[in-house]
Amino acid sequence: MSKIFETPLYPYHRSADQDAAAPVRHPVIVIGAGPIGLAAGIDLAQHDVPVVIIDENDKVSWGSRAICYAKRPLEILDRLGCGDEFVDKSVEWQLGKVFFDERKIYEFDLLPEEGHKRPAFINLQQYHFEEYLVHRVQALQAEGKQIEIRGNSRVASIDPRDDHVLVTVDTPEGSYKLEGDWLIACDGATSPARKMLGLDFIGRVFEDNFLIADVIMEADFPTERWFWFDPPFNRDQSALLHKQPDNVWRIDLQLGWNIDKDEEKKPENVIPRLKAMLGEDAKFELEWVSIYTFQCRRMEKFRHGRVLFAGDSAHQVSPFGARGANSGLQDTDNLIWKLKLVLDGVAPESLLDSYDYERILGADENIMNSSRSTDFITPKSEISRIFRDAVLDLAESHEFARPLVNSGRLSVPSVYDGSPLNGNDDPDLPPRTRPGAPVVDAPVGDNWLTDLIGNRFQLVGINTEVPASLDVDGVRVEGMRISSAEDTDGHLQKRYLGAEDQAVYLFRPDQHVAARWFDYSENAVRTAVNTATGRA
Amino acid sequence: MTKLNTTTNISSPDDFYADLIAAHEGLSKAESDAYNARLILLLANHIGERKILTEALEAAKARPSGTD
Repeated sequence: MSKIFETPLYPYHRSADQDAAAPVRHPVIVIGAGPIGLAAGIDLAQHDVPVVIIDENDKVSWGSRAICYAKRPLEILDRLGCGDEFVDKSVEWQLGKVFFDERKIYEFDLLPEEGHKRPAFINLQQYHFEEYLVHRVQALQAEGKQIEIRGNSRVASIDPRDDHVLVTVDTPEGSYKLEGDWLIACDGATSPARKMLGLDFIGRVFEDNFLIADVIMEADFPTERWFWFDPPFNRDQSALLHKQPDNVWRIDLQLGWNIDKDEEKKPENVIPRLKAMLGEDAKFELEWVSIYTFQCRRMEKFRHGRVLFAGDSAHQVSPFGARGANSGLQDTDNLIWKLKLVLDGVAPESLLDSYDYERILGADENIMNSSRSTDFITPKSEISRIFRDAVLDLAESHEFARPLVNSGRLSVPSVYDGSPLNGNDDPDLPPRTRPGAPVVDAPVGDNWLTDLIGNRFQLVGINTEVPASLDVDGVRVEGMRISSAEDTDGHLQKRYLGAEDQAVYLFRPDQHVAARWFDYSENAVRTAVNTATGRA
Repeated sequence: MTKLNTTTNISSPDDFYADLIAAHEGLSKAESDAYNARLILLLANHIGERKILTEALEAAKARPSGTD
């Protein structure tokens, strides 16, 4: 049986657009059918916005690549209608072990917070991730949604105009032109779209290389995350071992910046390193080896007129903390509902500038965390190394030093503090769910809060009445009452009410809190909706 | 609100100082540097309060005028 990443999933088909007399106009064109481009397409299709996704090949990506997905992106996948397939296939781990030099210095149990539908995070190969998103695209097509992936098609030029973008697409049967009201570039770290528009990165730039290997093992290795600082088999660098589904193990060996990539990739150089890591007797088969080079930086702006950048095309981080694909999914989560309102003519184009504000805030958080991890793992000065080694030495016998050990801080969603879209707050309510914060899941009867909201503005009255629906100048708001009494563990009370008896929350379509009050007032909700849609 | 205490606080200061220097005896420069780092981290954790740690980080920077 051929592997999923060898199977054409969306082979090239001639489109009627190629035979049209004039370029055909589409509301949205997405470049790239990676995780972010596919998520953007699915989100648009769910909002009934026709979308064309253009991808230069016809398969999912080769090799495991992005393998850790955090709770918030899983909630986004639930909103996109496909979370179960990912979670069912994935591997969940609880126990992590940290090694320094030749010894294990400590282990930790994740002990995830109770009262959430989804786990803290899962491991899943990127090719499965993309495969399941393609399944969702196919399901939406079967429902009659206008979503299309054009395989073996490469965007060769981008010509931004005042009210649309003109693109040239190369195919096996020649090139054709296509127009989009909007263009979303999800074409990855090397983004040809970014280069075509002459745009570059700003900020701190540093480069590192990782040897990344997928290994199929017969042995019963435990489902744990093992991280090595300065191990004998990879001196002065780090190493990571992670379990994936189907007995595939992922190994990341940090190589530093000054290396011969072709030399490092040769099996005769890779295999001895892996044996040193897994033990001489370990039986394994090498499925995939790649050198991953990263730089830590972002574009100055993600919105350039009618061209919007999302995912790695807009920002890049080190792999520590799994912040790449996870933050990319939060980009499109943030962008698509805004684009829908703009396309419907109910919100001004300037609403899209809040995409820049909110997601640049997210990118900067990710870059900061990723830079700190990198500085800990690869100290940049003698004194930095002295402190790093001191932390690791102390961590072996002193619990206090363990939180200082930084092998990557796992992706957590940004709170959009200071966003122009944030509305009223009552500061006596818990800070964790303040305006700008993403939904914090909690059980609601037999359901989950994350499953009850999203894709629309949603008023939630906790222990108080709100209207079932409201039209705010073309923006539909739905309302529901929930009761904190049903949640006997008190998660809803703790996360949304604190010491108070009741509250009203307004959630945006991306499940972030727009505003909150103690009591319902129609005027206050209207003001908050206008603020959250850039109409205030 | 507690502030960084920079008034006399260690009883038997001469004994403490002697202990500090003695702790480094026989250590190479690299071992001494590592020891100091572990000591700073242990003390910092004991203090815990971020505001006081920030004040200490600042106070340690200041040198008498004219020595720079």
